[in-house]
Amino acid sequence: MNIKDLFKGNPKNLLNIYVTAGYPRLDSLTEIIPALAEHKVSIIEVGIPYSDPLSDGPTIQKSNMQALDNGITLELIFKQLSSIDTEVPLVLMGYYNSILQYGMERFVKKCNEVGVSGLIVPDLPIEIYLRDYRELFDNNGLSNIFLITPSTTDDRLEMIDNHSSSFIYAVSSSSTTGNNKKIEGAEEYLQGLNSKNINTPVLVGFNIRDRKSFEFVNQYASGGIIGSAFINHISNSKNLHKDTSVFVQSIKN
Amino acid sequence: MSQNYQVDNQGYYGPYGGAYVPEMLYPNIMELQNNYLSIINDVSFQKELDELLHNYVGRPTPLYFADRLSKYYNTNIFLKREDLCHTGAHKINNSLGQILLAKRLGKTRIIAETGAGQHGVATATACSLMGFECDIFMGAKDIVRQAPNVERMKMLGANIVPVHSGSKTLKDATNEAIRNWINNPTDTHYIIGSVVGPHPYPDIVARFQSVISKEVKLQLGKNPDYIIACVGGGSNAMGIFYHYLDEDTKLIGVEAAGHGVDTPMTAATLAVGTKGVLHASMTKVMQTNDGQVVEPHSVSAGLDYPGIGPQHAYLEEVGKATYHSVTDQEAIDAAHLLARKEGIIPALESAHALAYLEKLVCFKKDIVVVNLSGRGDKDLETYKTFSDNEY
Repeated sequence: MNIKDLFKGNPKNLLNIYVTAGYPRLDSLTEIIPALAEHKVSIIEVGIPYSDPLSDGPTIQKSNMQALDNGITLELIFKQLSSIDTEVPLVLMGYYNSILQYGMERFVKKCNEVGVSGLIVPDLPIEIYLRDYRELFDNNGLSNIFLITPSTTDDRLEMIDNHSSSFIYAVSSSSTTGNNKKIEGAEEYLQGLNSKNINTPVLVGFNIRDRKSFEFVNQYASGGIIGSAFINHISNSKNLHKDTSVFVQSIKN
Repeated sequence: MSQNYQVDNQGYYGPYGGAYVPEMLYPNIMELQNNYLSIINDVSFQKELDELLHNYVGRPTPLYFADRLSKYYNTNIFLKREDLCHTGAHKINNSLGQILLAKRLGKTRIIAETGAGQHGVATATACSLMGFECDIFMGAKDIVRQAPNVERMKMLGANIVPVHSGSKTLKDATNEAIRNWINNPTDTHYIIGSVVGPHPYPDIVARFQSVISKEVKLQLGKNPDYIIACVGGGSNAMGIFYHYLDEDTKLIGVEAAGHGVDTPMTAATLAVGTKGVLHASMTKVMQTNDGQVVEPHSVSAGLDYPGIGPQHAYLEEVGKATYHSVTDQEAIDAAHLLARKEGIIPALESAHALAYLEKLVCFKKDIVVVNLSGRGDKDLETYKTFSDNEY
């Protein structure tokens, strides 16, 4: 399914699970994605491992390093994704340099081929996206997903809202991924966000790690994104299908 | 006709530069972009910085005519003695400038990355002087090979944060400093030590280091034929190039070839790198075809960096400056030569600039200025190790 279609009818309680491609083993995506789909995860976000993931904390950094040691490449990720048939919308998350070296045009076309319909590039500022890539994304039905933070100004939020075609990724606190802050600390921010007239559905990420924190953000947004907690859960997994299932069931019914 | 080699109003040097920051850092970067020029250009700011540079750092540093070295190379060699700055390297020029900037921005905490430890020591010094809390991020590998500087930073009251991720050197220390800034966005100023990172950092650091070429211009009275400086990120080089960008002087940057640019053990980014984004800046980067940043190698921790300042990438592209590289061994040999000829022990980084004198084709009447960016006390272990191997 294209990520844009997921949001028709304004669904709630959407669960987006992040998984690092090539982790814990080179071909783990082929086991993890079907398991996530089986348990009706709403969005699967596949991380492109990078040597210098600036916005990520230790958990995702380590998963990136291990995936690179396992031999993962962007080409291989596309190959793995093309072999997986799933109805769950697929989103790729990666750093700009990985995509730049692959070639943005080639990258976007490949996304289209393998059924990826959304992209998160934390270090590609919206101004550069609008200047260089908007047309390319539009022509290929690819949705760029922007981050907002508690410090994002209203003007900037409006610009991001105007150029979003699937969802906006609201970072719950100014931090890197996988830290220990309590999601309840973001209550004021999320309430405030809720009261702004944002047209695009909002998913909240960072500091969501269990059912309690997931249900907390659902009060204020269309859903939540879990990354580091899932990566930690599968780090020593001998049975990815089982461990993935257990994790998703611990978050949602 | 004069061409503009400085940053444009979008934060670029030609195709290089910019601010490829995650949204979490956007407010910090905007705060800097919107305020740095008015602060730096303010008369009271300049007065305060000038007084510190004069009375505390010991500026102007001498431009010393190296007589015996000149005879050896059969030309006229002047050394810009940044090694005589307080703390032993040019890095203090930038650290003091940035701490005054941080003060005017209302910040209370400083973070910095360091490779050789020179920028760490300079920043720890500035923080002690101004009463700022200070965390210095340093690769675990560099903590071992630059032990004396670690002790200096500790004595100055800085907190050393060992970085165990990635290559455990300067690149990852910079990553960790940026991550720490993301996690502490309001009270903290990040003092980057080189002309790298997102706009406006390359411009900020270049402006604070430009005092080097400002002084050389006054001291020499005429334009030299050549200026030579070592380049890792490129702050001392940009400092001594800065006021000569509109002159005919030939500007030469010397990168660290490590074991050689045709081996994987190198840090010569312009020689082997390709266009990419590193530390939120579009520049030349040592990377794989898949865009993974590779681990550089140089005997000198201060040049052991897989990127380069975007302005250098641009100066090379338009041919305004030329860039060469010398190997670990060539740098070590040049350090020994300077020690024996002039009684000066240079930093390993600066030794790379000196080593290029072996390759420079010049006339007897030519004037060559070498930026002696730092002193070599911190490198005695390495010099000793290489000598032990030699004899």
